[in-house]
Amino acid sequence: MSDKVLMKGNEAIAEAAIIAGCRHYFGYPITPQTEIAAYMAKRMPKIGGTFLQAESEIAAINMVYGVSATGKRVMTSSSSPGISLKGEGLSYLAGADLPALVVNVQRGGPGLGGIQPSQSDYFQATKGGAHGDFHMLVLAPASVQEMAELTVKGFALADKYRMTSMILADGTMGQMMEPVSLSFDIEEAPAKPWAVTGTKLERPHNIVNSLFLKPEELERTNFERYERYKYIEENEVMYEEYMMEDAEICVAAFGIAARVSKNAINEARAKGIKVGMIRPITLWPFPTKQFAAAAEKVKAFVSVELSMGQMIEDVRLAVNGKAPVTLCNRAGGMIPAPEQVLAAIEAANKGGN
Amino acid sequence: MKTTQYLFAGFGGQGILFAGKFLAYQGLNDGKNVSWLPSYGPEMRGGTASCSVIISDIPVGSPIVSNPDVLIAMNLPSLDKYESTVAPGGTIFVDSTLISRKVTRTDVTVHYIPATQMASDNKTPTLANMIIMGKVLAESGTFEDEEKVLAALQKVISAKRADMLDVNLGALRLGKDYQG
Repeated sequence: MSDKVLMKGNEAIAEAAIIAGCRHYFGYPITPQTEIAAYMAKRMPKIGGTFLQAESEIAAINMVYGVSATGKRVMTSSSSPGISLKGEGLSYLAGADLPALVVNVQRGGPGLGGIQPSQSDYFQATKGGAHGDFHMLVLAPASVQEMAELTVKGFALADKYRMTSMILADGTMGQMMEPVSLSFDIEEAPAKPWAVTGTKLERPHNIVNSLFLKPEELERTNFERYERYKYIEENEVMYEEYMMEDAEICVAAFGIAARVSKNAINEARAKGIKVGMIRPITLWPFPTKQFAAAAEKVKAFVSVELSMGQMIEDVRLAVNGKAPVTLCNRAGGMIPAPEQVLAAIEAANKGGN
Repeated sequence: MKTTQYLFAGFGGQGILFAGKFLAYQGLNDGKNVSWLPSYGPEMRGGTASCSVIISDIPVGSPIVSNPDVLIAMNLPSLDKYESTVAPGGTIFVDSTLISRKVTRTDVTVHYIPATQMASDNKTPTLANMIIMGKVLAESGTFEDEEKVLAALQKVISAKRADMLDVNLGALRLGKDYQG
């Protein structure tokens, strides 16, 4: 245990990013993720990196675009309203096939909302995030250790597929401290022959761009991108199953909701209810096959969310009508108590909605 | 298999989060699973600050403490707010310098420690948090090995402030030895 230190989730993300080779951070402060920027402000100058507090979130995401075009690992972080501001840049990154890591430590919304934890940016994160046909890889940590591990993984996936990886966390994950081990095997970033690094008059110009005025050409880039997405959906799904072996009820939850649900599941098990959980770790690609397989054997699903019910739509699509899917939720910065989740499990077990 | 849920609450500036972090390191050094979750936001600025600490033999599920086994109340609003949430059979530690009323619950164990007064008398007015923490450790039987206490302190006090180690340890001892 001695190699473990207590760190806030936000700090774990920042340190893991540095370990993963990120030397460029651009951001703008917003609760509850400001510790990421604060950590980078302290550390980056000491290791020859760049920390820059941009004049706005929009500026920060465009700085990310610029550094990514040169082939360097780069990130930004924000919380819900700030992520909305970054939307245009996220679409441009997708259109130009640039890798980046973007962290969203979610807070309640809509609008300026509040500053307490939320998961109500699920739609925004998993269904694109801005205009145009595109996806981001969306990673949902449920512990401080995963905040670090998925940051490292996020950089690797972003480089591999030339996409944005988004860490979709929430206020509790950002603020809580847990023991974390920061020893990782870091894969070297792949070669980036597309990067704009200067031709030295030895090769043709590389052009990084998301403007395609010929529709045939733009269509081709979309179809090619979706071929890649299809491959990712088949190869990069991550999830955790908890007590699913003999489960008759399946809880679907990610992040902090999964942590609360585990308490409820343990209590329900003590009462003799056979309940388990599928916890998506990648929200896109979504563990559709795993939920479809569970639908063959369980009698009901309960989607536990800190939103008005967003992930539940993907659960229902996967379950495809084979079993009822009910929602157990709080919103606006509130967190479901284990008792509330337990009651939802008991209701599902009785067959009620 | 034991899980203990702690809730520390008081004014911002009383070292609530620091004391919680110290306790979490005590657990971590003992090989336990731990979590620490602060309140964050406007209530911290002059109002109540609180933090949830869980120390457990099994992996920690939810890090949110809504029914603490142990409540440490360092001001009246905190006792008013959280007294009713303490698990039956739990323990409440009260800073009796700042809280003049008694705990009304009869199904919990209560320790009254005039921590703020003791801190002031000890010429360490900012360490009421650690005095009360000394009592918490003593009551939970985790103050037997002072080396372990020191090891946890070293995790929360930076090497640059090493002179504060003895001062904090002294405050912890004061709380430990207090017989109310």
